[in-house]
Amino acid sequence: MRKTDILIIGGGPAGLAAAVGAYEAGARDILILDREEHLGGILKQCIHNGFGLHTFQEELTGPEYAQRFIDQVQAYGIPYQTETMVIHVSADKVVTCVSRQNGLEHIQAKAIILCMGCRERPRGSLGTPGERCPGVFTAGTAQKFTNLEGMLPGKEVVILGSGDIGLIMARRMTFLGAKVHACVELMPYSSGLKRNIVQCLDDFGIPLLLSHTVVDIHGREHLTGVTVAEVGPDLKPIPGTEKEYPCDTLLLSVGLIPENELTEMAGVKIAPTTSGAVVNEELQTSVPGIFSCGNVLHVHDLVDFVSEEARKAGVNAYRYVQGELPESGRAVPVEMGFGVGGIVPQFVSETATGTVNFMFRPRNVYRNAKVIVEVNGEQVLSKRTMILAPGEMVNLNLPAEKLKGLKEAPSILVRIEVPEA
Amino acid sequence: MKYELTCINCPMGCRITADYDGKEVTNIQGYTCARGKAYAQTEITDPTRMVTALVGVEGSHAPLSVKTQSPIRKPLIFDALKVIRGTTVKPPVHIGDVVIENVCGSGVNVIATENVG
Repeated sequence: MRKTDILIIGGGPAGLAAAVGAYEAGARDILILDREEHLGGILKQCIHNGFGLHTFQEELTGPEYAQRFIDQVQAYGIPYQTETMVIHVSADKVVTCVSRQNGLEHIQAKAIILCMGCRERPRGSLGTPGERCPGVFTAGTAQKFTNLEGMLPGKEVVILGSGDIGLIMARRMTFLGAKVHACVELMPYSSGLKRNIVQCLDDFGIPLLLSHTVVDIHGREHLTGVTVAEVGPDLKPIPGTEKEYPCDTLLLSVGLIPENELTEMAGVKIAPTTSGAVVNEELQTSVPGIFSCGNVLHVHDLVDFVSEEARKAGVNAYRYVQGELPESGRAVPVEMGFGVGGIVPQFVSETATGTVNFMFRPRNVYRNAKVIVEVNGEQVLSKRTMILAPGEMVNLNLPAEKLKGLKEAPSILVRIEVPEA
Repeated sequence: MKYELTCINCPMGCRITADYDGKEVTNIQGYTCARGKAYAQTEITDPTRMVTALVGVEGSHAPLSVKTQSPIRKPLIFDALKVIRGTTVKPPVHIGDVVIENVCGSGVNVIATENVG
């Protein structure tokens, strides 16, 4: 059987940075597998700018950001195999993959880094009634058509969901000559960045309909229009508020789901709050030697944070291979208090060293709130913020020595404290 | 003239109002920090945007992604897009190569953002 020290599944931003991180830590036997023809993952189709402000102190487009890491992988001579689909991962770290060039292969790894990214929530998960006609796309699929294939999916567009991909596609479709009639958002706020709302909608006079949703989809041979209605505080449509929007294209930007089928095959525990693996502060999953990072672990807003997390996973995978990852000791659970959702990591080892990085999503919009970390009822971190919103992940770096009393602590509590009215 | 805008510097998204007589921005209100005030000033007097788009590639159905090397004046966006859409390049092209010089007299070049060929 083919053997490798560190096997990386996925050659997108996470996989590339994990490989670079592992190599720079000293690893020389690394293999990246990717199902696409080229490395770079979803960045290849994100031709807009705004990537890399943290990593490179400049605003790059997606393809430029990816190329920086691809160049590094190639300069280090890290082997990669594209057009190779991983179909199974076992708990003893045997990876099964298929490709045209090699057929079916089994590869035994000493450590595996899961970097499969995420996919978009499809129409089927929304339960929107109506015709099953062509013309309904996820925003990312439409982005692939326009930016990689050079095709325009339609000319009269409505967008459901105001996530960043939907907003970016509103501008792209407008740039390509289509008319975007509205961006419809169920929640009373958008999960997209303010910059995207201004520069992708406001700039072109595209209305953002908050607290609205699509309640019907019309068209037999092809989409002819959608019915949009206002929703109440219970998020249910208000009868009598329906309005018809003729269109030939409906784009869905309604959330992302980490792609964890392989993770589950390996017997790795999944966290219901992130739909990604349960990990400790070293990004190691419940199966020793299997690490997870990037959007397959939890959905990020910024690729820079994906790269940072993935580098760390790469370094730790190499330390694991070398037997340098200290026996973790007891894993102290991280509890989510008021206002905190989808925290990563879910456990911190009582012997943690260096910097412990917590990332989570606020459950709502909070103004002038404090983010607090508590161990044994004692505040070890308290950070005042002007605004917290579900669309912006909170990223906390805490030196491990600040987590004093961790050995005796039943848990670590992360919570948000809102000022009294 | 009265202007209303949303600050893009952070998730606060302050609603800023201001008056502009074509020379001077006055009565800026609603901002929370200095960045907001500065944003209102430039956004009203000289709004600019980066433009990213696609050009054709000879012998390939897949387009090539490009960007303006720096932001261009907002009213030029659609004229620039028209010129960009009408452009076809011959491979090989590398990241940073100039694809269109001084697009629409903006003083800004359009450059490739991916490698082809």
